[in-house]
Parts: sequence; structure tokens; C-alpha cells
Amino acid sequence: MTREEIVTTLKSRYSGQIIDFLDKSKSRIYMEIKPESLRTIAAYVFKELEARFNTASGVDNRFHIEILYHFTIDSINLLISFRVKVNRENPVIDSLTSVFKGADFIEREMHELLGIEFTGQPDKRRLLLSDQWPEGVHPLRSDYKEWDSDAIRDRGV
Amino acid sequence: MSITLNALLKSPWVFHLSSGSCNNCDIEVLDCLTPRFDVERFGIKLAGSIRHADVLLVTGSCNRKSSARIRKIYEDHVPRPCVVVAIGECSLSRGLFIDSYNCPLPLDRIIPVNVYIPGCPPKPEAIIAGVVKLIQRLKASV
Amino acid sequence: MAKTIIPIGPFHPLQEEPEYFSLTVEGETVVDVDVELGYNHRGIEKLSESKTYDQVPFVVERICGICSTSHPYAYVKAVEDISGCTIPERAEYIRTIIAEGERIHSHLLWLGLAGHFLGYNTVYMWVWKLREEILDVMEILSGNRNNYAMFKPGGVRRDIREEDIPFVIKKIDSIVKTLDMLKKAILDDPVLHARLKGIGILKREDAIDYSALGPTSRASGVAKDVRKDAPYGAYDKVEWKMIVTEKGDVFDKVVVRVLEVFESISIMKSCLLSLPKGPIDANLADIVPGEGIGVHEAPRGETFHYVRSDGSNRPTRHKVRAPTFMNLPTCKSTVIGAAIADAAIILASIDPCYCCTERLAVCRIDGKRMMNGGELIRLSVEKTEKLKKEMGRR
Repeated sequence: MTREEIVTTLKSRYSGQIIDFLDKSKSRIYMEIKPESLRTIAAYVFKELEARFNTASGVDNRFHIEILYHFTIDSINLLISFRVKVNRENPVIDSLTSVFKGADFIEREMHELLGIEFTGQPDKRRLLLSDQWPEGVHPLRSDYKEWDSDAIRDRGV
Repeated sequence: MSITLNALLKSPWVFHLSSGSCNNCDIEVLDCLTPRFDVERFGIKLAGSIRHADVLLVTGSCNRKSSARIRKIYEDHVPRPCVVVAIGECSLSRGLFIDSYNCPLPLDRIIPVNVYIPGCPPKPEAIIAGVVKLIQRLKASV
Repeated sequence: MAKTIIPIGPFHPLQEEPEYFSLTVEGETVVDVDVELGYNHRGIEKLSESKTYDQVPFVVERICGICSTSHPYAYVKAVEDISGCTIPERAEYIRTIIAEGERIHSHLLWLGLAGHFLGYNTVYMWVWKLREEILDVMEILSGNRNNYAMFKPGGVRRDIREEDIPFVIKKIDSIVKTLDMLKKAILDDPVLHARLKGIGILKREDAIDYSALGPTSRASGVAKDVRKDAPYGAYDKVEWKMIVTEKGDVFDKVVVRVLEVFESISIMKSCLLSLPKGPIDANLADIVPGEGIGVHEAPRGETFHYVRSDGSNRPTRHKVRAPTFMNLPTCKSTVIGAAIADAAIILASIDPCYCCTERLAVCRIDGKRMMNGGELIRLSVEKTEKLKKEMGRR
């Protein structure tokens, strides 16, 4: 499929689900979608369009938690980013691990660093932070404050 | 000079410990052992296990998860006498990671350090010079 | 049969980052593997939000010392994606030269370590001696053996001097000769064939499902390389070919990496010979609000950076995805079912920033038996020795 065909197919197939569409450049497309349709769209893009899952970026923009799921279609050099916005107080989103295994690590990472809850994610253990790290403190949140009073932030010179 | 220390200085076996580094210092440590620099001619050898080591080479900025292990390794596993060498800017003062949420303490607040080798990363020549200085100082002190 | 858990790591005497693997074995066979990360987590994404756009390349350079070009390259591409500027041609060529130099030294580093894991210390010493030559080249071009600090948004920081080029070309030509000899010695060795062929197979479907990257996926027949698929730098201006093999076992991964070194040398050489004249910096103005994505084919696979700007002089969000993050989970499909003696080299075959094979303790679940030190590598070395004897090459 060419780039134009993919864009029109996505637009017509999921017309009710797409909130915003930004054609940034020849190889970059940003698409804001409704959170509940994430799993169907991701499955379609990964399985039917044979895209490769790059990664997901979680962003705390102070009003929402945004998650961007980046997919690349290598044959036509197109990077599609699906943006979902979830509630900042109680961020919950469907897990994509049932669609492809590659999503496992990044979801565990976002769960720790941003406090996003992934429904259907089988593995809820910590991936990066240590066991002493307090529950409910997420370092990549915009309101993160240092909790450790023993930490030394002084070079001593 | 005690016999153990004398033996240690003749052929110090080093164990290399990375506490959250970027690999650069670690590779340069390893480089010292390969043919260009070849520190084995001075009797310095990389030990396969912590329990065989005389010198602990620590690199990296000591993040929360690994600093607990470092403390445990130093207190329980290393045979005495043991000297600790901090290699690279990260293990000296944590370098640019000083403000990182996951690097709360510098290495010398976790375990005592005998020699500091600065650099990001220190060249193999600097590492060799640091180890030589350490041996000289230990010889002078006893 | 009783299950035994073998913890590997987190500290390993050889080198590199601490990671923790726990292998569950039944007799000689690995039945489960689990990875625990976090011994190296330094919060770079958060730190990067407190630095200016010009300072961030120095931060991301220190994500990984082996990939100290890949991360800045992907980052500056992301920033250039936000501002939409074009880069002077000479800067593109210099970036390509530095990136390929890094690929050569990274692949050689891995090859040496793979030799060590197999008990081929001769390979280890030879390859690392050869690697010193390429580090000399990088020192002449950039001023440092690692952490080159060549990249800035909009160009490069340092020019390549015309009078250095003949020396550099002479040096990389001398590498090719030794490397040719090594290639024959390694790839034609019957012991290595017996040792590496058919183990740790990553099937094509699994490579796609895990979204594996770089040499790991190319060895499984997934022909994906950012340098070909989305050309940047000078990769579309010089001749080179993508190395793809079909079987996906450890031997194929070795083949892909060894042959890629030759390709990188030829890219580097033709870039140096056709280096265009001109400025090296586009003098980027202020970064406009927006978001950008930069990808670069690092030695281990695609490095991915996402940068968001709000118009100030600092990024508001900077997401980094290193290739090993996608490649590491593939060990679940490659290690399970293999023998313990093969586990070391299979785990190493994805070229993770890998570390922990030797300092391990074998302990029964009931806690009765404890063995320490070097067991996994010893098993691996013993298997190679046994094969050598069987083939009468002792």
C-alpha cells in the first residue's frame, strides 16, 4: 500500500475513533485516537499493515497523561504515532501485550515511571526502580518531588 | 610489611564492578588487559570471582539498586585486605548524574575508597598510572 | 525432574552493565528465563529535561559508552525533525563517518567477547588488538577514544582536517587485511560451526512479534535497516549492501556482524574519499514548539528518540528507546530449550550491553548445594574443548 492509501484507509475505517489528524511531514503522521479503540487500531496496523512497533512514549503534560504508540512501516518509510490521552488522576489503558509481545517491557516501564495502569498486562513486577522506592511516586510525572531526604546533591567542593 | 600485603602488591588481582555506568570506563578497564596495554605483565589479572580479588575497581554512578549490592559485596564477600579504586567521573562525584533521582549517594559515602581516577572515561594509561600510584602508596605506608 | 534456578549476575567480572538473569533449568535444559533490569537506571530522560538543547547531546552520549554516537545522532535528528532544517552536506558525511567508525569498534568488541565466552581467548585478544587501531582512527578524527562529542543540533562540532584523511585511510586499509585473516579463521573453523550452528534460533515470526532490531533481526531474515529504509546522512550517496541471513542461529548473527564490519569500512572509506567541501553547521535558530522523532541504526539496531518542545530552550519530554530494550525479550524464545552450556553465548548473541555470565551461584531450590564462580563460562569452554578433541584438533 502507498502512503495515501494507508491514510485514507485509516481515516475511513476508524472515522469515529480519530479525534485529530496531523500530517507533519512525508514520513511522520500523528493521529489522536480514542483510548478504547487503541487495541483494535494497533492490531490492524501491526497485523494487516505489517508495521513494526517502535516503542511507546508516555508524556505528562500537566493536564493529561499522553501515550504515543509509534509504529513504522519500513517498506514506505512511514512513522505513524497514535496518541491517546488518559485521565491524569487515574490513568488506565488497555495493554497491547496480547497483540504483540514487544509491548511488554515498555508497558512495565511506563507503569513504574508514570503510574499508568495497563489492563491485561500479565507482569506487574518492577522493571527498573529498586525495592526501596516508595509506592505511588513516579519520577517522570511533572509534579515529582525528591522524596529521599538522605540524598546528597552537593559535590562537596 | 605483612606477608599478605606483600603478596598482594606483587600481583594484585582485580575484580571489576559496574554500578550503573555507561560502559566506557568498563571497556577501558578491559582494554588495559588486552595486547596493546597488557597489564598482565605487571601481574595484574582480572579475577573471575569476587572472592579471589584484592582490588575492587568500581565504575559508575551507584544507583539505588546496585549500591545496596556494592555495600554487601564489600562487607561480606571480599577477602581482606582489599583496596577500592574508583574509576571515572561517575564514581567520583556521579558526574552529570548528580541530580538524578536514582543516584542518591556518591561511591565514597557507600564504601571507603583508596584511589580516585578521574576522567570520562579515563584513558587506559591513566588507569595504569592510578594503579601504580596505589601500589607505591601502599608500599610507603607499611 | 527437580527444577533448579541459576541466577546470573548482577555483577560480572568481564565488563559492562549489571543485569540479572535467572535461568530455570531441568537437568541440562533451560526451561524458563527471566530478566531483571534496573541496575543501570540513571534517570536520563528526567535529567535531559533540565538541560538545554545544546547540552543534551553530552547527556545522551553517556547513556552507553559503546553507542556514544548512536544516541546523539538519533537525538539531533529528532530536534532537526522539530525545526525542519536541512544540514550541510559536509556535516552529513562527517556524521556518517563517525557513526560507521563506531559500528566497526562495537562489532569487533562483541566478536572478541563472544570468543571469550566460547573459550577462544585467542580470538578475544586478536580482535581487541585490532579494535585499538580503529580507536586510534577515532581519536584522530574526533579527539577522543570514546565519547566523541561530535554532534550538535544542526551539524557537527568539529571538522575533519584534510591532512588527516590519508593517514586514516591507510589505517583502515591495514585493518581490512588482518580482519580478512580473522574472518577466514573464525567463519571456517569446524569447531565453531559445531558449537554455534543450530543453537539459539530466533524464528522469523518471533523476530517480527518481538519487533527485534538490527543484526538480531537481520540474522533471522527480516531485512530491516534504517540506513536503507529511511536513508539519512550519506548512506544513500555511497554504495553498500545490507547483510541478511536466514537461519537466525548464533552462527548467523556472527556472520552478519563480521560482514557488516567490512561494509562499514567501505562506507567509511568512500565517505572520506568523497568528503564535500563547505560549512559544517546550519546554525540552528530557536527550536519551535512541536514534537519530533529521530531514528538511527545503531550497531545493535534502531535507536529511537522522541523529543517534545514547548518553545523554550529545554525539551519538555525526551524519550529514549535503545535497541537492546526490544532485543532482550527475545531471549525468552531463544534460550528456552537450550542446554545450559549454550546459554552464555545465546544470551550474548543479541549483543546486549551484557554482563553477568560469570559471577553466578548454582543452588538447588532446597538450598543444599551451592557452587560459585564462573560455572557457565566453564561449561561453555568445556563443551568447546570436548568438540575440539572429538575433531582431533587438540
